[in-house]
Amino acid sequence: MTDLTSLTIADARDRLKSRAISAVELTESYLSAIDAANGALNAYVAVTPDTALAMAKASDERLAAGKGGALEGIPLGVKDLFATEGIHTQAASHILDGFKPKYESTVTQNLWNAGAVLLGKLNMDEFAMGSSNESSYYGPVVNPWKAEGSDEKLVPGGSSGGSAAAVAARLCAGATATDTGGSIRQPAAFTATVGIKPTYGRCSRWGIAAFASSLDQAGPIARDVRDAAILLKSMASVDLKDSTSVDLPVPDYEAALGQSLKGMKIGIPKEYRVEGMPEEIEKLWAQGMAWLKDAGAEIVDISLPHTKYALPAYYIVAPAEASSNLARYDGVRYGLRVEGRDIADMYEQTRAAGFGREVKRRIMIGTYVLSAGYYDAYYLKAQKVRTLIKRDFETVFHAGVDAILAPITPSSAFAIGDKELAADPVKMYLQDVFTITVNMAGLPGLSVPAGLDHKGLPLGLQLIGKPFEEETLFKTAHVIEQAAGTFSPKVWW
Amino acid sequence: MSVDLATVKRVARLSRIAVTEEEAERMMGELNGILGFVEQLSEVDVSDVEPMTSVTPIRMRERSDAVTDGDKAAAVVANAPATDQNFFLVPKVVE
Repeated sequence: MTDLTSLTIADARDRLKSRAISAVELTESYLSAIDAANGALNAYVAVTPDTALAMAKASDERLAAGKGGALEGIPLGVKDLFATEGIHTQAASHILDGFKPKYESTVTQNLWNAGAVLLGKLNMDEFAMGSSNESSYYGPVVNPWKAEGSDEKLVPGGSSGGSAAAVAARLCAGATATDTGGSIRQPAAFTATVGIKPTYGRCSRWGIAAFASSLDQAGPIARDVRDAAILLKSMASVDLKDSTSVDLPVPDYEAALGQSLKGMKIGIPKEYRVEGMPEEIEKLWAQGMAWLKDAGAEIVDISLPHTKYALPAYYIVAPAEASSNLARYDGVRYGLRVEGRDIADMYEQTRAAGFGREVKRRIMIGTYVLSAGYYDAYYLKAQKVRTLIKRDFETVFHAGVDAILAPITPSSAFAIGDKELAADPVKMYLQDVFTITVNMAGLPGLSVPAGLDHKGLPLGLQLIGKPFEEETLFKTAHVIEQAAGTFSPKVWW
Repeated sequence: MSVDLATVKRVARLSRIAVTEEEAERMMGELNGILGFVEQLSEVDVSDVEPMTSVTPIRMRERSDAVTDGDKAAAVVANAPATDQNFFLVPKVVE
């Protein structure tokens, strides 16, 4: 009998439907895999075996009655940022200690409506602020990938590090994640998984702890392009509870796979060829172009002149929005309270004890750039630069480019506790140099594994599309996947 | 622009985050690093550029002005550290 955790969502779906396997069996396989691995990988912050088995049992009943949904019986992990009713939801922060919401996020509700099974909540950078999953109150996630011949523990990327590690290590069939500046795509690249940040407004933000509201977007991390397409179809919806959710029908993304790229124009932005970029990444990028050309696409050079300003503008806009969103954690309504001399002292002590260093740093920056006398110089200026970044993309799309191919990360996964990155926050922020423009412009971006570097570690390529044209990204990524193959880590845990 | 220690403490106060002298010193260095990094935006000419207010060109939805939710006080306060009869309890704020 094959290990059931090795099945992709598409495979498991077929076997569940034909009743060759049961949802309970499949869920039990994942629960024992989690049991065996989580001590080493720290991907889950809460495992929910009772809920999982009850949901799986209900799925089996629906499958037996021939009434299964699109994800009936598929066991998933959920990033700790999504509200799950009555279940651990703490954004991997100390300040939300003990928080068990009385409501369910729209995205997770959509998944349960489709029949999916909840295995537990996944580790992440605290409040999704980080690129290495080291800012979690629950400690770092360990990447299932290791460099060849090395025992050094590597980061899985962040902020959705638990999601990416759990998918790569087969501790769930797929996972939910969120992306504010690269938090789906960078961890996907570090773990040889597929991640898509859809267009802003495609998935409801309702019930997802807010970091930077104008940039936050939910999406899936999955083992392959098809699974990512299947998951996004169920996650996306129009939601009256999120005024920025867009009223457009959700297409059948899976149907886009296998469609021809003939006549497509793929743009190669010259500004993404940054100084000091490793030769391997440059080579991989060229390889990606060759694969798409072979598939009938036309490769064209493009320019996105404001690219270099996306990162500095982001580090004004995102902290500004975060400082406002995180004002709600005050020791009164939920989570941690540290008593003080008076109410103001109680707020200050609670927030001092409850937030980690990176979160405090961003709240402080945000408060500063929004404070009297600085608003125009920082925030307003950054929002104007954002208009220019978006205009860059509109110009190339208007000129006939269908999608953009770019690198996703400046390197493969780095070590946990990297001294240089820990000492200088700006160095860590540079991890997001290729991903952040997409959030600033609200566009869809997909990360697809494309190869391994000289250390045997995964590298990905990024596809950027027009608003609400996720289908184009899926069909293009599928071509890259067919050419590159898929990659799994050796089991050491 | 860079911040001095007094500004860091003022911003911490505005952020309602207690900081020790040592933390304030460390944060001053970090904040100045980040502010130095974002300084490069001054190179960009933004005259006649509108600030972005919405990333997607959508019209805000409107709904009828009617009560659609509520009557769940117990659920609202369920996660609070201190409550009494569905009220949040806070330290005394009036003398």
